[in-house]
Amino acid sequence: MTPAATTFHTPRAAHRHPTSEPPLVRRLLIGTALTFLLLFLVLPLVFVFTQAFAKGLGFYFKTLADPNAWSAIKLTLLAAGIAVPLNCVFGVCAAWVIAKFDFRGKNVLLTLIDLPFSVSPVISGLIFVLVFGAQGWLGLYLNADHPRFPWLANWLNEHNFHIIFAVPGIVLATIFVTFPFVARELIPLMQAQGRTEEEAARVLGASGWQTFWRVTLPNIKWGLLYGVILCNARAMGEFGAVAVVSGRIRGQTNTMPLHIEALYDDYNFAGAFAVASLLAFLALLTLGLKTWVEYKNAAHNETDLSA
Amino acid sequence: MSFHLFRTKKSSVLPGFRLTLGFTLFYLGLIVLIPLAAVFWKTSTLTWPEFWHTITMPTALASYRLTFGASLCAASVNVVFGLIVAWVLVRYDFFGKKIVDALVDLPFALPTAVAGITLASLYGQNGWIGQLLTPLGIKVANTQLGIFIALTFIGLPFIVRTVQPVLEDLEPELEEAAASLGANRWQVFWRVILPMLTPALLTGFALAFARALGEYGSVIFIAGNIPMKTQITPVIIMAELDMFDYAKATAIAVVMLVTSFVLLLTINVLQWWTNRYNTTNLA
Repeated sequence: MTPAATTFHTPRAAHRHPTSEPPLVRRLLIGTALTFLLLFLVLPLVFVFTQAFAKGLGFYFKTLADPNAWSAIKLTLLAAGIAVPLNCVFGVCAAWVIAKFDFRGKNVLLTLIDLPFSVSPVISGLIFVLVFGAQGWLGLYLNADHPRFPWLANWLNEHNFHIIFAVPGIVLATIFVTFPFVARELIPLMQAQGRTEEEAARVLGASGWQTFWRVTLPNIKWGLLYGVILCNARAMGEFGAVAVVSGRIRGQTNTMPLHIEALYDDYNFAGAFAVASLLAFLALLTLGLKTWVEYKNAAHNETDLSA
Repeated sequence: MSFHLFRTKKSSVLPGFRLTLGFTLFYLGLIVLIPLAAVFWKTSTLTWPEFWHTITMPTALASYRLTFGASLCAASVNVVFGLIVAWVLVRYDFFGKKIVDALVDLPFALPTAVAGITLASLYGQNGWIGQLLTPLGIKVANTQLGIFIALTFIGLPFIVRTVQPVLEDLEPELEEAAASLGANRWQVFWRVILPMLTPALLTGFALAFARALGEYGSVIFIAGNIPMKTQITPVIIMAELDMFDYAKATAIAVVMLVTSFVLLLTINVLQWWTNRYNTTNLA
């Protein structure tokens, strides 16, 4: 939108738009931003993949085919496979009750849902040790040395069922750290959409479930997917919380991030980066999907407005 | 009778209030509230002098100073660079802008352990950046500078993502009015644009700072965890846990939790301020 400059051949600076910066400042700012991002984001990303293949493709695939690596991959998938659907159901429930009804204590509920985000990962693991660990709250009931419920302690012992330093603890810690993701995406979205469409469906005779499946779900599907993507990325990548509850038994209670730490501590750097490259690839996939969903969501909103 | 917590104010044609509220509260209690309450239960097994002695031991005090200082520095640096990145992404066009925009979220998406080993190797003596800095006499790995770099990495998206939407919604008329009244570009930025961005910048700063305080995975590899020098507070908790001293670990966890809750409250107030600013702009 600078028509004057071409017709009168005056110096460009004189006709610069009053609310834009001189070209030199512009280039300087773009240069600063890109240099900073290159140094802090691009370089580490490139580094992960170069180090992963530093010892060649053979070593790369040998590292990933190792039974301990394979068990870590399976455990990570299992923990995310349980945590993400559970938090998804919770997110939809919480968003439904907060967006579609008026009740006292709503703001308290909103703050409590966000609570896990403000807790340090190490403390997120610690709290489950305090509840289920040998010296813990429930540990007093479950511990075989002095059980309050001997039958329960015996049953758990016979079935070799442990929570802390075992898989259930890892799943619980993963659920805790990814708790707010889906709810947090859906609540503002459903609040903005209001309740008129659902009310219309109900008045026209749809049942509660029909209303949810045919009216609400199609409206929130992109927001739901967005929350699921972010929730999954965190679930698969969580380190601090899982490190506290896992006990780090190789081949049994090591998730992928913990396996990376174990390899790194063994000075097997190429191996650590080989496993890390899988998670870095997951991160790139997450960013790609996220951008795609944002684009789809914008398109969805635009057709809504024009209709 | 006047206080009906979790009761609907008026009847609704929509179903599922009891079911969804019931499940929400049950799940919240089971996963979040009961386990968090265990921290305070465990602390109550300590006497007050024991508690005070634990949270003020020299290694703990050194870790608070380090964690606080490094988080503060990292969040401040991110305010400057985050603002520049957000500004460039909103106001200018350049090749690859969409990819750069998506990449800003990388620290959110990249698992902290991956970020940790990558930064530690990159800035280590033989790393790509480390071998350039070593001749200059700058050591990053196993120093407080390393912790600062890791915290800067994880904090960047918070500032960019809180400032970006506010910058997009700024009305050009205000800048045009200021310019037509004779303000130069720098004055417009300093007197008109920056004051409108301040709530968002503060919110972003607080979010990045809060995240940095609790950060563990991306820091431990580059920090080297030398007691009194490069040990952050979560590492102290981890060390107590490794010695099965749960009461001590919990006491320090209480200090961190209380700090985070105060910060959470501050962030909520700041966000309310940001939103109020936006709505008054619209009106």
